[in-house]
Amino acid sequence: MIRVLDGGPLTTVQDLGRAGHLRYGIPPSGPVDRDAFVIANRLCGNEDGAAGLECTYMGPRFSVERACAVAVTGAQAPVTVNGQPADRWTTIPLAAGDQVRVGVPRVGVFTYIAFSGGLDVPVVLGSRSTYVRGRLGGVEGRGLRKDDVLQLFDRPAPQARAVATPPPDTEAETVVRVVLGPQADRFTEDGVRTFLESTYEMLPQLDRMGARLKGPRIAHAQGHDIISDGTALGSVQVPGDGSPIVLLVDRQSTGGYTKLATVCSFDIGRLVQVKPGRTVRFTAVSVAEAHRLGAAHRTSLDTRVVGRGQPERQERP
Amino acid sequence: MQLGDEISLELNTRVRALEYLIQQKGLPGVVEMVPSYRALLVYYDPGVVGYDALCAALAELMSQVEHASLPPARTVELPCCYDDPELGFDLEAAATRLGLGARELVALHAGFAYHVFFIGFTPGLPYMMLPERLRIPRLDTPRTNLPPGSVGLGGGQCCIYSVESPGGYWIVGRTPLRLYDPEASDPVLLRPGDTVRFRPVDRAEFDRIAAAVQARSFRPVIQSEGASTAPSDTSPRKGCAGEARARTS
Repeated sequence: MIRVLDGGPLTTVQDLGRAGHLRYGIPPSGPVDRDAFVIANRLCGNEDGAAGLECTYMGPRFSVERACAVAVTGAQAPVTVNGQPADRWTTIPLAAGDQVRVGVPRVGVFTYIAFSGGLDVPVVLGSRSTYVRGRLGGVEGRGLRKDDVLQLFDRPAPQARAVATPPPDTEAETVVRVVLGPQADRFTEDGVRTFLESTYEMLPQLDRMGARLKGPRIAHAQGHDIISDGTALGSVQVPGDGSPIVLLVDRQSTGGYTKLATVCSFDIGRLVQVKPGRTVRFTAVSVAEAHRLGAAHRTSLDTRVVGRGQPERQERP
Repeated sequence: MQLGDEISLELNTRVRALEYLIQQKGLPGVVEMVPSYRALLVYYDPGVVGYDALCAALAELMSQVEHASLPPARTVELPCCYDDPELGFDLEAAATRLGLGARELVALHAGFAYHVFFIGFTPGLPYMMLPERLRIPRLDTPRTNLPPGSVGLGGGQCCIYSVESPGGYWIVGRTPLRLYDPEASDPVLLRPGDTVRFRPVDRAEFDRIAAAVQARSFRPVIQSEGASTAPSDTSPRKGCAGEARARTS
């Protein structure tokens, strides 16, 4: 059992999201940085989709009421156990009564906390993920608050300590790959060139719904509105002001702005870890190239966790 | 897949027919779909099906769309209270703007059968077109917090807000029904392809229905054509939204 002592500004329960409800306007939710979330679970010996926590900007403070293991990944947020600094990207064994605090990240935005066994919250429409705008899933469809109590699935904590390779430190500019379309023809050639050759600054409105960026104006050829249609994870919408908005896991299911490109799913995690004020560049790849890169990305993810802490049979008192 | 570039019932019918065909064929690799006015967004898993192979399979199905069947249609009746300035707070102003009396506006609005082109933007929000005579420019300054159930006119569209949201529509009434209810086993009331009819109710009846909805004892009036053959794969839960909700109440 986990007792929340301080929820932080927005800490939500997430698993890998709910598929199949976009046609009713219900977005998939799930972690915005999927790789970091999956690695945290693997470090705890969990299935990739076990429910854990996603923290925006600042993490929570909580205590555990029985021995378990946690892992913290994603943004570079300081972690302490009973006030002592603890490592990120590794299995952290906890004893009953231990208090964990996840602070404000120096680099990055979203931090993930996995728990051995995974969080036991009700499955709503096939998922434990929280969708705050729709008050769905997680803990009453909202962010965690002080005094919330979360249960863990009963599973022995992993005995082996696993370690994962963190992503390279992105102090410099982040380059994100996109596939142009579906409405790239609604922009001028110069507009498309501007988008691919300029740097864009992440704005503070970054949230689970979308990432707004600021930079040189992307010129439309024939108006910025379309007949509303479906939006994808990573859709780059460009409204009349010529600035790109990248749609994320809690996005509106349909929209009426022109979509210049789609950010490749394997680069979404890197994009959302760009702190407001830092910059991003977009580079175009073909659909075939995107699929090749995506397959290679999945393979590389499997090599990032060493000594994967599968739980061993354990005598428990 | 974009099937055209206009808002028409004919084009939208083809979009929904294509979606239904894909569902029935169970195309490998297709994860989910989002129909809209004139396009169908198809999510797929590139680990299961390649882009070119999927496009070829979709093109083949496109050629069958003209003769394809549609999922059974439903007509959903939405009670709507127009004549209370607390609920339909723009009714008088909208009527004036359109050169109509308030009663005329209500008669026109409630006398029309609205086709649900698709559900989108926020959970459970239907996209429906207005009759010609009620088309009206959107408000210059959008409002910040419109209560769910608010029925609005703007541009060519009739909108029903499904969650509390900002909006630039003229609010002419409110339905006590919940288009989106996160606590219900099936949270979304309307489906793409439904027909919506508004039934004018007075404030007393609005309050009565709202209380019944709150108590989960209200059963929406839904007429299904051939409901017994309704495909379960077009809804997140088996059966129709209203029926599922009535069963759980």
